[in-house]
Amino acid sequence: METKPDLNIDRSVGDFHYDVDYEFDAGIGLSEKTIDYICDVKKDPDWIREFRKEALRKFNSMPMPTNWASHDLDNIVFENIRYYLSQGTQPKRSWDDVPEDVKRTFERLGIPEQERKFLAGVEAQFDSEAAYSNIKAAVGEQGVIFVGSTEGLHKHPEIFKKWFGKVIPTGDNKFSALNSAVFSGGSFIYIPPGVKVKHPLQAYFRINAENFGQFERTLIIADEGSEVMYMEGCTAPKFETSTLHSAVVELVALKGAKIQYITVQNWSANVFNLVTKRGLAHEEAEIKWIDCNIGSRLTMKYPGVIMKGRKARGEVISIALAGDGQHQDTGAKMVHAADETTSNIVSKSISLGSGRSTYRGLVQIGRHLKGCKNNTECDALLINTESRTDTYPAITVRGKENACQHEASVSKISAEQIFYMQQRGISKAAAMSLAVNGFVNDLVQQFPMEYSVELKRLIDLEMEGSVG
Amino acid sequence: MSLKIENLHANIGDREILKGLNLEMPKGEVHAIMGKNGSGKSTLAKVMAGHPDYEVSAGQVLLDGLNLFEMEEPDQRARTGLFVAFQYPMEVPGVTIANFIRAALQARLPEGEELDAVDYYHHLYEKMDLLKIDRKFTSRAVNEGFSGGEKKRCEILQMAMLNPVYAVLDETDSGLDIDALRIVSEGVNAMRSPERGLLVITHYQRLLDYIVPDVVHVMVDGRIVMSGDKTLAHKLEAEGYDWVEKELLQKA
Ligand SMILES: Nc1ncnc2c1ncn2[C@@H]1O[C@H](COP(=O)(O)OP(=O)(O)OP(=O)(O)O)[C@@H](O)[C@H]1O
Ligand SMILES: [Mg+2]
Repeated sequence: METKPDLNIDRSVGDFHYDVDYEFDAGIGLSEKTIDYICDVKKDPDWIREFRKEALRKFNSMPMPTNWASHDLDNIVFENIRYYLSQGTQPKRSWDDVPEDVKRTFERLGIPEQERKFLAGVEAQFDSEAAYSNIKAAVGEQGVIFVGSTEGLHKHPEIFKKWFGKVIPTGDNKFSALNSAVFSGGSFIYIPPGVKVKHPLQAYFRINAENFGQFERTLIIADEGSEVMYMEGCTAPKFETSTLHSAVVELVALKGAKIQYITVQNWSANVFNLVTKRGLAHEEAEIKWIDCNIGSRLTMKYPGVIMKGRKARGEVISIALAGDGQHQDTGAKMVHAADETTSNIVSKSISLGSGRSTYRGLVQIGRHLKGCKNNTECDALLINTESRTDTYPAITVRGKENACQHEASVSKISAEQIFYMQQRGISKAAAMSLAVNGFVNDLVQQFPMEYSVELKRLIDLEMEGSVG
Repeated sequence: MSLKIENLHANIGDREILKGLNLEMPKGEVHAIMGKNGSGKSTLAKVMAGHPDYEVSAGQVLLDGLNLFEMEEPDQRARTGLFVAFQYPMEVPGVTIANFIRAALQARLPEGEELDAVDYYHHLYEKMDLLKIDRKFTSRAVNEGFSGGEKKRCEILQMAMLNPVYAVLDETDSGLDIDALRIVSEGVNAMRSPERGLLVITHYQRLLDYIVPDVVHVMVDGRIVMSGDKTLAHKLEAEGYDWVEKELLQKA
């Protein structure tokens, strides 16, 4: 019999970890003291300190959403988590200045190389703070701001304060409240009117420490007629204990602006990934979320677009892969709040082994509105019989002059089909990769090349891991 | 050099289907297996290929001396040179024929070596033209929505591309129209070679008019009970299987 090496060790590119000396550590557990510590380190203004404390109160008062979501949430022990770890709050502008122990992590993940090849700017976050942040000179000269949330808050308070927490209110859900209390890192981006950023801006979120929670906060404002593509990647090593990742991402597309937000996350199987993402699209603006969720123990993420202005467009394209023992609870939220707004949701989920995928969709179209359209398509692929998939679409369309279209499908790859592929000489892992890649192919075509290659590679790794 | 099946016993659940099957096919020959519905012909093909539902309780299959059952995974057996054209080919949604065959060829290359895409398509189109398969099929998902005959042609296309050392063709003729039968048979004949053995499972003499076998075997209840030259197939066609069973009883 063919023996395979222990695939747990290097099945995932992100599964490695270096010891790092942290200068700032808020310790274990969450209280007002934790928040004061974070505020002191970050030199937060008073209004942020207040904002955080208010958020903590909300977080403490809100119940876990286990009345509808997975009971696995109850296994998060908030008292055991470290909420802030950093080597300092100032990101470096050059990789040469990034401390060696952190730099080698990002080098191993290939970030500096990608930056040279095809990115307009990069922010690399290591645990709580960005270790590196830079944009190409040409892009900076156009007035584009791409910095960490702390720097955005300090240097561009007028824009920051205007939009921060406006798309996703603190109390939107328990985890947005948690993020609002302890947020650190994430990107602040402003694109001036009419500026079309040619190459993508990228952020990479890396969790290195054990028992840690990462709470980045991203705010992107695309001013009138501007365009930007933002990509985020994430990894963490595989620890025995659970890790929490709970981000809040707010997008604002002003009149006629376009934002494309692409996520390729590859969390290890111990990560609770509970993320709130929403965009506000003004008149004729367009917000598109492309979301690839691979890995994690439990992901809950429902990117949304509020179409606030006439003819605004919202789109969510998502791919979720639930490997053995994982649960991908994903979906989309489309709120039509103006006439002639259109939204499109395409969700593809793959469940493997004992993996589980859930799709939750919410489409709202107000009664008084005219000419709104939504198209929802959700397809599930089940590989082998243990897998399960659930679909919970909630569509509220009021008013006669709007149209909603909903399609769903479930396909299965049985042991018999895998056998058939194997009979042609294709290994089991490669057979499953072929099936999965075939299933997501039409969506992957929409990605920039580098990302579709990366996604394909991640799928291959995941399949190898599942057969090992 | 041969495909040698020795005392093969295989069961599904607690039902034994192959009950001590023996057969030897020297490389370079074409053998046919005929037998009633349910006698175990397809089971033989699937057991050799390593289908997970079947358990082998005794016996062995040697491919040029290599014991197939020492190879756990079906893909290892395939790469060793075994090909099965299935009676009921599976549909593989989302995977195009072009990608599927390409992956199968890629799997045969040493690690780090990439299949040349231009050569590949050149080769693929050549075989498709030979089998008169529309080139548009390359972008269709494997067997998905194919007619019965199209599936069979697609199996032969795969065989032609993968160049196996031994191939089992399980009722490749069923479902083919008259023209297709001739075209597919020509495709199979083109693959006859001193370097290859073909085991053709069929119910009908008609196919054997095109693909003339060196030996015809008769299978009854999980065993090969009679073997002869191509005239045996004519006799079966004319008289059915009753006389085989009678003859067996007399011998017993
Ligand atoms: N998965 C299965 N579960 C139960 N019985 C099975 C299974 N597969 C095969 N059998 C039984 O094994 C016997 C042999 O089946 P097999 O398909 O090998 O026959 P065959 O000779 O190929 O028949 P045909 O000429 O109709 O194709 C049949 O009685 C069949 O019902
Ligand atoms: Mg059969």
